[in-house]
Amino acid sequence: MSLRIVVTVKYVPDATGDRHFADDLTVDRDDVDGLLSELDEYAVEQALQISENSDDDVEVTVLTVGPEDAKDALRKALSMGADKAIHVEDDDLHGTDALGTSLVLAKAIEKAGYDLVISGMASTDGTMGVVPALLAERLGVPQVTLLSEVSVEDGTVKGRRDGDAASEQLEASLPAVVSVTDQSGEARYPSFKGIMAAKKKPVESWDLSDLELEAEEVGLEGAWTAVESATERPARTAGTIVKDEGEGGKQLAEFLAGQKFI
Amino acid sequence: MAEVLVYVDHVDGAVRKPTLELLTLARRVGEPVAVALGNGAADTAATLAEHGAARVLTHEAAEYADYLVVPKVDALQAAVEAVSPAAVLVPSSAEGKEIAARLALRIGSGIITDAVDLEAGDEGPVATQSVFAASFTTKSRVSKGTPVITVKPNSAAVEAAPAAGAVEALSVTFSAQATGTKVTARTPRESTGRPELTEAAIVVSGGRGVNGAENFSIIEALADSLGAAVGASRAAVDAGWYPHTNQVGQTGKSVSPQLYIASGISGAIQHRAGMQTSKTIVAINKDAEAPIFELVDYGVVGDLFDVVPALTEEIKTRKG
Repeated sequence: MSLRIVVTVKYVPDATGDRHFADDLTVDRDDVDGLLSELDEYAVEQALQISENSDDDVEVTVLTVGPEDAKDALRKALSMGADKAIHVEDDDLHGTDALGTSLVLAKAIEKAGYDLVISGMASTDGTMGVVPALLAERLGVPQVTLLSEVSVEDGTVKGRRDGDAASEQLEASLPAVVSVTDQSGEARYPSFKGIMAAKKKPVESWDLSDLELEAEEVGLEGAWTAVESATERPARTAGTIVKDEGEGGKQLAEFLAGQKFI
Repeated sequence: MAEVLVYVDHVDGAVRKPTLELLTLARRVGEPVAVALGNGAADTAATLAEHGAARVLTHEAAEYADYLVVPKVDALQAAVEAVSPAAVLVPSSAEGKEIAARLALRIGSGIITDAVDLEAGDEGPVATQSVFAASFTTKSRVSKGTPVITVKPNSAAVEAAPAAGAVEALSVTFSAQATGTKVTARTPRESTGRPELTEAAIVVSGGRGVNGAENFSIIEALADSLGAAVGASRAAVDAGWYPHTNQVGQTGKSVSPQLYIASGISGAIQHRAGMQTSKTIVAINKDAEAPIFELVDYGVVGDLFDVVPALTEEIKTRKG
């Protein structure tokens, strides 16, 4: 038996940087450093754990769609321990929305071959959290999403989904699409050995023609939503700051009463 | 007048507040038609009618509880085909976004998630979103198909607007994918008696400075004095002091209450992403240099173990 896991990852602008929009109202990626989306590190970690806990042959492939720099995200995942990487890169992908991204990812996942797809619950830039569900819809396989615990055995994936109203145990047959939360388990740091080994691991590069996709299906042209304006929120003006010298609680109560919260 | 579908989030017939907010927004772009699924669906009608639903399409089946997400997508798709709406609005819960995304793909439409406001435009509804940890505000619209838009809680006031609320049975045929993901067990979350975090008008949060699960009782006492929900920073959740369902921030929940009180929270970007759109922000922290103080309307530099109990006492006294 063998198990093929594809982990979808995203290269995102660092949230601690000064993120803003380019003139075409897409995210400006030139002025801010990028990195592997933190939530996708948890997906890589779970793929590696499934691999380590399995008696089967498991191959972990990391897949990303993004510009040249996005290779950094793949290298990070490879240095954590993934076996190989696929980079879908094409100038026509600029401005692709979530539906378009899910199309490109689904085509690449099918081309790569898979039994299990694992994603982070959301990207840390767009934070929509819809791509895993869209992948399941496009691939026609079960979605087992937002898991805080995941395991795979005998062709079945099981997991726990902690919702607002209830905690649910889920189960589906492979192939399936899984997404994991930051509660699924701390992501490992790449070791020096892992970083050295990653340099030798294969990274395949595919473009739209490799996936039999046309330019107008993706990018800004293919987007089914349009951003009309983006305005920077005015910085909050500094409020009142007091030092507690025994009266801090009372002073705060006074402020809250003045604002009609009490 | 064009009809607008509103997906109803309810628990055994009790409609949750974000759905009532959606009915307010839906009336700006058309005539609301509510879709209620699962156990107790028909029981939602009276509440929905009071808040503007002209029709309530209902369907009850065990599949909605026994399998994940897809049965609800099948039903909403059936409703779209039956009504041909001008837009579909869904609450921005984790599940709501998954339902909306799969629906949008199936009906060949664009999707906007996490809208914080909605208005009618010449080319369809225009949605306002708050992005990059709330440092930017964007206005967007769906340019293809029937706009599918998910809306965050607290984005509109709940308004009474009596309408017919005529209950009609929705005809649903489940797809082959509907039974793909089985829910094998469900443990309802124990009620704390406090408001739901994302829906609450006031949120009181604790972070690293709370320094232990047992100390969260002072955060809870303050929350209870204000009728507030309790939140926690990622540091507090990772330390095991408070459940993940209460985590406020980029990898947890994003909240937008009238009042947010942060205690012992430094205000890293991760946390700010989840609370920066709160109307009034208050912080209590020992460290005068904590970045949270850049955001506050009122801040107290002090030990939360002194300030929070004193504040709670003062609130109780004032409320008599």
